[in-house]
Amino acid sequence: MLDVRNLSMRFGGLLAVDGVSLDVKEKEIVSIIGPNGAGKTTVFNCLSGFYQPSGGTISFEGKEIQGIPDYKISRLGLVRTFQHVRLFNSMTVVENLLVAQHRHLNTNLFAGLIKTPAYRKKEEKSLERAAYWLKQVGLLDLANREAGNLAYGQQRRLEIARCMVTEPRLLMLDEPAAGLNPNETRELNQLIIRLKEDYCVSVVLIEHDMSLVMDISDRINVINQGRPLASGTPDEIRQNDDVIKAYLGEE
Amino acid sequence: MHDVLYFLQQLINGLTVGSAYALIAIGYTMVYGIIGMINFAHGEIYMIGAYISLIVITGLATLGSAWLPLVLLVALICAVIVSSSMGWAVERVAYRPVRGQHRLIPLISAIGMSIFLQNYVHLAQGSRNIGFPSLIQGGITMGAEDGFQTSISYMQITIFVVTLVCMTALSMFISKSRLGRACRAVSQDLKMSNLLGIDTNRIIAATFVIGAALAAVAGLLLGMYYGSIDPLFGFIAGLKAFTAAVLGGIGSIPGAMLGGLILGVAEAMTSGYLSGEYKDVVSFGLLILILLFRPTGLLGKPEVEKI
Amino acid sequence: MVAQNIKHALFCAVITLIISYPILGLDLIAEGIQIKLSGADTSTYIGIAAAVLIVFLFQLFRPAITGSLSAIGAANPLRDRKPLPQDKRVRLERAALILIVIGALLWPFFASRGSVDLATLVLIYIMLGLGLNVVVGLAGLLDLGYVAFYAVGAYTFALLSQYYDISFWVALPLGALLAAAFGFLLGFPVLRLRGDYLAIVTLGFGEIIRILLNNLTSLTGGPNGVGGIPDPTLFGMEFGRRIKTEGNTSFHEVFNIPYNSDHKVIFLYLIALLLAVVTLVVIRRLVRMPVGRSWEALREDEIAARSLGMSRTGVKLSAFTIGAFFAGFAGTVFASKQGFISPESFVFLESAIILAIVVLGGMGSQLGVILAAIAVTVLPELAREFSEYRMLIFGAAMVLMMIWRPQGLLPMSRVHIQLKQE
Repeated sequence: MLDVRNLSMRFGGLLAVDGVSLDVKEKEIVSIIGPNGAGKTTVFNCLSGFYQPSGGTISFEGKEIQGIPDYKISRLGLVRTFQHVRLFNSMTVVENLLVAQHRHLNTNLFAGLIKTPAYRKKEEKSLERAAYWLKQVGLLDLANREAGNLAYGQQRRLEIARCMVTEPRLLMLDEPAAGLNPNETRELNQLIIRLKEDYCVSVVLIEHDMSLVMDISDRINVINQGRPLASGTPDEIRQNDDVIKAYLGEE
Repeated sequence: MHDVLYFLQQLINGLTVGSAYALIAIGYTMVYGIIGMINFAHGEIYMIGAYISLIVITGLATLGSAWLPLVLLVALICAVIVSSSMGWAVERVAYRPVRGQHRLIPLISAIGMSIFLQNYVHLAQGSRNIGFPSLIQGGITMGAEDGFQTSISYMQITIFVVTLVCMTALSMFISKSRLGRACRAVSQDLKMSNLLGIDTNRIIAATFVIGAALAAVAGLLLGMYYGSIDPLFGFIAGLKAFTAAVLGGIGSIPGAMLGGLILGVAEAMTSGYLSGEYKDVVSFGLLILILLFRPTGLLGKPEVEKI
Repeated sequence: MVAQNIKHALFCAVITLIISYPILGLDLIAEGIQIKLSGADTSTYIGIAAAVLIVFLFQLFRPAITGSLSAIGAANPLRDRKPLPQDKRVRLERAALILIVIGALLWPFFASRGSVDLATLVLIYIMLGLGLNVVVGLAGLLDLGYVAFYAVGAYTFALLSQYYDISFWVALPLGALLAAAFGFLLGFPVLRLRGDYLAIVTLGFGEIIRILLNNLTSLTGGPNGVGGIPDPTLFGMEFGRRIKTEGNTSFHEVFNIPYNSDHKVIFLYLIALLLAVVTLVVIRRLVRMPVGRSWEALREDEIAARSLGMSRTGVKLSAFTIGAFFAGFAGTVFASKQGFISPESFVFLESAIILAIVVLGGMGSQLGVILAAIAVTVLPELAREFSEYRMLIFGAAMVLMMIWRPQGLLPMSRVHIQLKQE
């Protein structure tokens, strides 16, 4: 579904990502791990169109997407969250979910101004979808709270819900477990698996919490200093000497 | 021959005004370099510098002091003192309390301050423009007696020389002095400098004071060069200087100098070959173009968007 | 600690003296070509001394003063009041708006001509404030050249009526659409810029438009402006004593009432009221529509908005264009009210006043903007002796608002949405 070949990204003299390849199939959870500063988030930024990759190809469902502007990429069904939660803080929780669905809605100004029946119907539908996802992530009671006032774990879940209302094909999660307590991490774990099983969404995950990664990933890619180090199933990665060296340092 | 001389004349006029723009632009560029905000009230500080110079010059003339260099020196010192104090007070009152808030908030506060200062001078000194005596007269003339002549006035030479001295002093200060080093550190990374024990509040205040002092110098020079001032005097000049700062690359001091000179020449050429009415249109047009096609300016460093 | 406090207080007092005495205490007076310096009157000196003293004392006892200020805040009986329940507050706000509109409808028939005229101006500022509120308050784009679109609307009507005899009702949509087109054309390239650059570029654009109006003398009349702009008509009825355009009838003759010049003023007021209400209702709808929500989303977090498929330029452009559209609306009404316009009416100061209305009222809040527009326009008229201090006070108020209450006097309240619980 997602096929990344030889991706590289250069900032001035610094080669932040160099020859990274990635392959994600339908209903698959693929993790990218690596030490801090390995270039994981830069890969995400390239995939989601925030950066123009300096080299390599990215194809999504058979279509090459490198160099396409960010907002068009997310319209193809490739949506992401951020390492530091980015919500629309002074808008309410439900507004956060409504605004994310703007392209499902009738954007015709006049239809909206005079509230045509078709417009109303779509509006109702988006409200339903928002309510549904709020229930899924357990935030229904907080629907009219300002997003910025939520607890950290709730903000993380809202960010995922906000992606899901756009009905994505592929979800990219950037350190979703960062700052969560073990209990919340377990819930997140179940949520991600449910997204895959029940909603047929593929997931690309950047994460430092190894237990989460090992638990839910179908395959893992390890990057070190911008270069691919290893890839394989969790078991293979656990036994890979290069990975152990990179994480624990050489003896 | 006539064409060359005419061109030369426009070039000289442009470079004169341009170097004074550069002096004002320093204030924008230094403040932007450190706290990333546009000091909208900077043009007003420059205008106040011009008013203070005129007040002092007039006062000394009434007292009967006539030795020109002394008069100018006293006017300059007074203007610098008042403008710097103004710069300090503005930072303290209008900018420090809103620092770190959403981008729009300091910007609106700065615009409010600019409107306030304009009307402060307007109410105290009246809105009419007042003649500024041209104390430095005469000049050097080239070209045929009967044909077109190119001239450099002593006033223009003074502007060049003073600007050059100020710029050199500023560069020395920034690169050599303790405070200058701290300034550079703060502009690199404000939070880190704070952690390392640099009193960032003091450094930020110092940037405002230095910028205001240079604006005061420009106020005296351009007031005398144009021959009249009014409370709106700072508004357009501030915009021009900001354009110069952006043109050269905001945050860069040599950039401000370069930007000032280019803008000055572009304006003079428009006045000389097209019409004086359109020189503002040309400089704003230049600003819009440079922001569109090279927002980092000629000497600025590109910024990578952080996510 | 005390010694340091005194030193700091003394320093601040000296700075106050330095920045106030030379400007306030020494007046430059031009006598012919001679310039003289004269002292100000005694009250000015007393004022300066008082200012210095106040600054000194304030800085000296700053901790105590700020402490007691927060004590005053705590004593405010309204402070602990629970916010009204959502549905009640929405009803209250709607009731307030409807009451204002009904009051505004009936009021001119009992008021003096001068105050109706002033009220028309207030309504024009309300339209401008609501329009700019979309751009600044909702989309978070600081537009300092808003007056340019106002000018486009006004000049469209003035010039079309002069060259092609076009009436108010035809010019109204044309002016608004042309202003919107200008907004679109300007917005297209500049909206990629970061916030503070955008502010400067729009400011520059405003100045360019004004300079062009001033210098394209053959078209716009330059500084002399355009006069003889016709009054609006009501179904072909004119409000003047004599009919100006052939084919029209006259209001007082049709209804067989004596001619009264007040009719015209009231009629114009009612038109302005109608348009202001239209502006209010349309923008109120837009805010609750996907477009309006994406404006706010982009203001809150541009990167997140882009990651959800919102096109930065598209969203900003829609806000900019719609804002410009309503400025064009207001401009047409203004031209028709004045009967004469010149570039004088479209200086930067005007943009600053409109911005002050938005900022003081509360960015994003419609009721706030309406009340601020009334206050900003009417207060200087009521206290005429202070009217020259108007801009000074606006400037100071903008700074103080940003420090103490950046959300404005009447901040925007969020709409609660009832979800079906399954």
